[in-house]
Amino acid sequence: MNILETKNINKYFHDPVEFQVLKNISFTVGKGEFLSMIGKSGSGKSTLLYILSTMDTEYQGQLTIDGQNVTGQSNDQLAAMRNQKIGFVFQFHYLLPEFSCMKNVMIPALKLGKHSMQEIEAKAYDKLKLLGLEDQALKPASKLSGGQQQRVAIARALINDPLMIMCDEPTGNLDSKNTAIVFDIFKELTSQQGQTIIAVTHDEEFAKNSDRIIEMKDGEVV
Amino acid sequence: MNINTDIGSTYLFTNKKLTLVAVMGVLLGMSIYIFMNSMLVGFDRTSAESIFKSTAHIRVYKDDELSKPLYQSKGGKSIIINPKVVPASNTIINPNEVVALIKKDPNVTIVTPQVSATIFYNVGKTQIAGMAIGVIPSEADMMFNIKSTIVEGDFDKMQNNTNAIAVGSGVAEKLSLKINDNINITSSKGVNRNLKVAAIFKTNNSAIDKTKSYINLSAAQQLLQENNTYITDINVNIKDPELASKVAPVLTTLTGYKSEGWKEANESLMAAFRMRKIVITFVSYTILIVAGFGIYNILNMTVSQKINDIAILKAMGFKGNDVIRIFLTQALSIGVMGVIGGMIMAVVLVTLLKKVYIGGDIGFFPIDYELTKFIQGAIVGMVITFFAGYLPARKAAQVDPVSIFRK
Ligand SMILES: Nc1ncnc2c1ncn2[C@@H]1O[C@H](COP(=O)(O)OP(=O)(O)OP(=O)(O)O)[C@@H](O)[C@H]1O
Ligand SMILES: [Mg+2]
Repeated sequence: MNILETKNINKYFHDPVEFQVLKNISFTVGKGEFLSMIGKSGSGKSTLLYILSTMDTEYQGQLTIDGQNVTGQSNDQLAAMRNQKIGFVFQFHYLLPEFSCMKNVMIPALKLGKHSMQEIEAKAYDKLKLLGLEDQALKPASKLSGGQQQRVAIARALINDPLMIMCDEPTGNLDSKNTAIVFDIFKELTSQQGQTIIAVTHDEEFAKNSDRIIEMKDGEVV
Repeated sequence: MNINTDIGSTYLFTNKKLTLVAVMGVLLGMSIYIFMNSMLVGFDRTSAESIFKSTAHIRVYKDDELSKPLYQSKGGKSIIINPKVVPASNTIINPNEVVALIKKDPNVTIVTPQVSATIFYNVGKTQIAGMAIGVIPSEADMMFNIKSTIVEGDFDKMQNNTNAIAVGSGVAEKLSLKINDNINITSSKGVNRNLKVAAIFKTNNSAIDKTKSYINLSAAQQLLQENNTYITDINVNIKDPELASKVAPVLTTLTGYKSEGWKEANESLMAAFRMRKIVITFVSYTILIVAGFGIYNILNMTVSQKINDIAILKAMGFKGNDVIRIFLTQALSIGVMGVIGGMIMAVVLVTLLKKVYIGGDIGFFPIDYELTKFIQGAIVGMVITFFAGYLPARKAAQVDPVSIFRK
């Protein structure tokens, strides 16, 4: 079963010069798949990920997520879908600095509003523990190291048990030990929980061990 | 607590300095708005009070009539067109019936007849021009509160004493009169009378004090060589003086005589009041709007500072309206704190100014805690806060997360 499907996605930047970043991108991702996206810097990986995550709506072509055509949906519809079905880890941008790690992890669940406060707190604590951060739970996010912040962001991406988790260099700031921890968590999520992972990475080791690799070059899938 | 208000209040408390500055802006604007408007109410009240010491709410009198052009036939050419004042008597015919008629109106509280006579106060060979007002003393006192202006003598002695007169302090000074002195006056009809000074009054208007005196109604009628049904004015007070302009036309149709409200009778004074009102209203609103700009600026700053947060929240599924709510929570909290603080500050200002002694017939500074102005200020303050917060909030809601993540 396909969880995500793209058909002929093209994207242009008009400023400063007319420039096609993405060229006829068509591929499918199955449920429970662990997908790595690699490619040279500037090849369009982040740009594609923003489109797949439904945040960028300025493209041509068609995007289907969980059997639903999302191309052309309103911003509010897309926001509600992201909240429930997609978890994110961004390149460089992680947490709300004025809130505790715990609160940062809880925010998507509080927004979803499906569980009680106690349930959400318990769940957030579990996710932090999973990433080895339980002793940092009540610290303000701004007082954590880059690698710790990145792991809190991963915990936050998991809180709503999304269908898909999209990551832009999730291990970019991590040492080899923590990279291994994150990799194992991802592996388990895909194989045991049936969650799908799409991760942009420059780490060849990481990519090689995932289920499938998509390589990008000059805006095309090769 | 909803997650949106939770985030909004966290921003509020982690940025204490900015919040404090914005709150101070609203607080000052608010307190000055309430203070100035309470002052305006006080001014209007004392002005009206001093007007009502010599003017009734409504005056009913016979207006001079102009002769109508004489027409050849109805709608045809006029033969004589030279309108002149008809030389009719300016008495109100059958005044008792008219008074009874006016008293039937449910708005009316006091009705009292009056005869005004132009007179001369005689001092040796010189004469001082003046005006004697013939009144029923007890009713006139109820209406104009004359006793409160008495500086010497006893106004009650006027009652049923047609030989008594109450003179203005200016008149008394010029004629060097004391209580129980005799005074000789001459009317425009050449009638001479000797009266006894029963009281001396002093208003806040020296022009009045130098010319005016009160005598009994019948004494005035005698001075004008008229019988006891001769009445030039009927003074009417009503429950709410503000309604005078509405009640006056009703009395006009009811009695057939010209009725004039106090505002129409004091048109130029009213124009000055209106100007005062416009200036104070303009200044107080301007101050509130400046406070609004303060909130607007500070929220704009917060939005720029938090643009990364906004992008993350939107990526995680916060809708445009959620983002608006986050920042409106912040703006409205600032507004509420500012409004409450402003009210306390206004109470302090009013309390201080109330104790300032001005003197004259004003006494203490005419200001009081005007509840309606406090409520009005709170509403206007919150409305301005809402818009000052809504504009930056809407800007935040329109942030495109992708453009932030690319940076
Ligand atoms: N807003 C923009 N306007 C114009 N060109 C842009 C814009 N954003 C990105 N680009 C260009 O699009 C191309 C793809 O950028 P993208 O960020 O997707 O690369 P990437 O594969 O994620 O690179 P990296 O591995 O360094 O993160 C680059 O050549 C970049 O210069
Ligand atoms: Mg990138």
